[in-house]
Amino acid sequence: MLGSLWLIPILCLAGAMLNLFLGALKAPKPLVTVVGVGSIGAATVAAYGALWEYLHQPYAQIIERYFTWISAGEITVNASLQLDPLSAVMVAFVTFVGFLIHVYSVGYMHSESEAGYARYFAYLNLFMFAMLLLVLGSNLPVLFVGWEGVGLCSYLLIGYYYEQAWCAAAGSKAFIVNRIGDLGFLLAIFATFAVFGSVEFSEIFSTAAGHPHQYAGAATIIALLLFVGAIGKSAQIPLYVWLPDAMAGPTPVSALIHAATMVTAGVYIVARCNVFFRLSPTAMLVVAVVGGVTAIFAATIGLVQNDIKKVLAYSTVSQLGYMFLAAGVGAYVAAIFHVVTHAFFKACLFLGSGSVIHASSGEQDMTRMGGLRKYLPTTYWTFLAATLAIAGIPIFAGFFSKDEILARTFAAGATDLNGYGDIYRVLWYLAVAGALLTAFYMFRAVYMTFHGAFRGGEEAEHHLHESPRSMTVPLIVLGFLSVIGGFLGFPGQLFHKTGWNLIENFLHPVILPLGEAHGAAAAAENGSHAVSLGTEWLLVGISVAVAVFGWLIARRFYLGDGAFALPRKLADRLPLIHKLLFNKYWIDEMYGALVIKPIHQTAIFLWRVVDELIIDTLVINGAAFTVELTGDVLRFIQTGNVRNYALAVAAAALALAAVLW
Amino acid sequence: MTPAELVPVPYTWVLALSAVLFAIGVVGVLLRRNGIAIFLSLEIMLNSANLAFAAFAYRFAAGHATAAAALDGQIFVFFVIAVAAAEAAVGLAIFIVLHRLKDSIDVDRANILRW
Repeated sequence: MLGSLWLIPILCLAGAMLNLFLGALKAPKPLVTVVGVGSIGAATVAAYGALWEYLHQPYAQIIERYFTWISAGEITVNASLQLDPLSAVMVAFVTFVGFLIHVYSVGYMHSESEAGYARYFAYLNLFMFAMLLLVLGSNLPVLFVGWEGVGLCSYLLIGYYYEQAWCAAAGSKAFIVNRIGDLGFLLAIFATFAVFGSVEFSEIFSTAAGHPHQYAGAATIIALLLFVGAIGKSAQIPLYVWLPDAMAGPTPVSALIHAATMVTAGVYIVARCNVFFRLSPTAMLVVAVVGGVTAIFAATIGLVQNDIKKVLAYSTVSQLGYMFLAAGVGAYVAAIFHVVTHAFFKACLFLGSGSVIHASSGEQDMTRMGGLRKYLPTTYWTFLAATLAIAGIPIFAGFFSKDEILARTFAAGATDLNGYGDIYRVLWYLAVAGALLTAFYMFRAVYMTFHGAFRGGEEAEHHLHESPRSMTVPLIVLGFLSVIGGFLGFPGQLFHKTGWNLIENFLHPVILPLGEAHGAAAAAENGSHAVSLGTEWLLVGISVAVAVFGWLIARRFYLGDGAFALPRKLADRLPLIHKLLFNKYWIDEMYGALVIKPIHQTAIFLWRVVDELIIDTLVINGAAFTVELTGDVLRFIQTGNVRNYALAVAAAALALAAVLW
Repeated sequence: MTPAELVPVPYTWVLALSAVLFAIGVVGVLLRRNGIAIFLSLEIMLNSANLAFAAFAYRFAAGHATAAAALDGQIFVFFVIAVAAAEAAVGLAIFIVLHRLKDSIDVDRANILRW
């Protein structure tokens, strides 16, 4: 399979095209299922075949060039794909999780019409194509094609139920907010070409890493522009507002695109371009601060939401914040590790919530659920496993990755990374507080949904049923991975066995050594050894303690006889804070007043005044009116009398002669 | 008389005659209402131009060795005569039609083509 990497994305594209065709024909659903799931299955097999061969050959980086895509002047862009450790990790989990979610969709979407079902799978396959192009592309333009492609599919799938105005609006919102970020990304590509004369990863990174001082300034600009793109795609402050609304799409879409894969593209691009970020202490600080603040900010909103998918959406924003925090302290491997474990447990949580919504006939409000453990045992246990993982309870997947991030952030503060030690120390406190909140709101969701008595009324209770096999099997697989997935990045250094950290060793070649001893880089690379073993164990203790503490508060608040009494009392005691969180800090309203309304007013002004009044009335009709008026006056010159004309000709000839004299 | 005794007419005289004829033609075109009279005036203007051509041909032939250069103006005269004939044919046809419509060739009565 190595040597024909193109096969992996192209199989998905073929599935998408075929399904669009089948949708037009209103083909029966089993056929669509075979095409839709089969194409992703084939791509997954192709991907794992390629990965198997990749692991059994000596080179760290395989680049396949297919043809020259753009050739204009000094610009040459090849259509080429590459497989290196980072791409390999991304391809491995994207294809696998993607395949599981395609299988799950078969059950979840079974009640759609034939055309709608085919449309859904066509978009989902197209998304897989774009995502794989994104992670496999060997230069920035190819990556950008995938980057835009996933944005397009995200828009199409958020607006899948386009008959409902708010779903269509949510799709547009996601698309427009992403455009802002994409502008930054595009400028980053131009800047890269202007500085390096190339856009191939293999060339620009080795050039930059070889001459760190020469390229430090350019790297700051490129890194910050790339990060603008990452903020949009990965829903960070201030462009996170589209992701909670993206829950308008079908739940498997939320799981695949808005939790597991697409939204991690921002983290991927930061990890991919780690050379630029490591050259620039400013860029690293910006990434860390944005990530850390987003992590705690989104978590506070998640505390009080009642819509189960909204809780998970804010949780995703918060977890993405952790990934950027990791990248910002130079722990790129930890960031990617969290991407992978997050893909497992967040996909599992979303699919679990989908199963709940499916069972309770479309109900998403957790205050109208409760006691579902009895009716949905498989969903419950997998959801619980994923919750334990995201909360950071030991041995579950999220524990290892989140602990690694917290430890590296602490180390950045302790070693005074780039001289910004104080800021990193504050970020560590925020991150720990965020971990506490994460454990609380996730267990709150578990208790409100699955424990206690059912609050949805008798009518709904009769309909409760466990989901079909096609939905529970992916849940079980992802639940299992949420339990054991963390051992990929087992913190071996705690036991003096660094070899145990598989992902760290595997991804090591991606972190290119910088040519000269560079302050930022040297400190970042030594981060993991910066604090003593005792301190590391203490940090593990702290992160476990906050996770358990959050769990216990949720248990006290939402389980047992006094359930809901305490939180209500707290909300009454602090009405202002509760209102602030419940209304998501009124950020959407603020954007509405500060950005959307002025733009809307300007558009109205341009339409009514500039277009209708100035251009239409004054310029266009005015020109016509002037011509008409002039004609009305001048037509009286045409008397019809030839002798008048002859006189005019003679007089003119005389005048001409006089002038020429 | 021997050729030496012949005094050539200065070409400026001829040009002056041409100008006078042209002015007469213009006045005729502007003042007469009868179509045929206008036509005659027009012919006078054309012939005044022919006279000017012939005068210049005579004037500029002096400096030139070849016969071709001396003939330029005279060739133009022939062109003008041919075109004037064609124009007269078209013009007379127009007046015949005008006469059928209006029972007259008074050009002041042919004034319906206006605003």
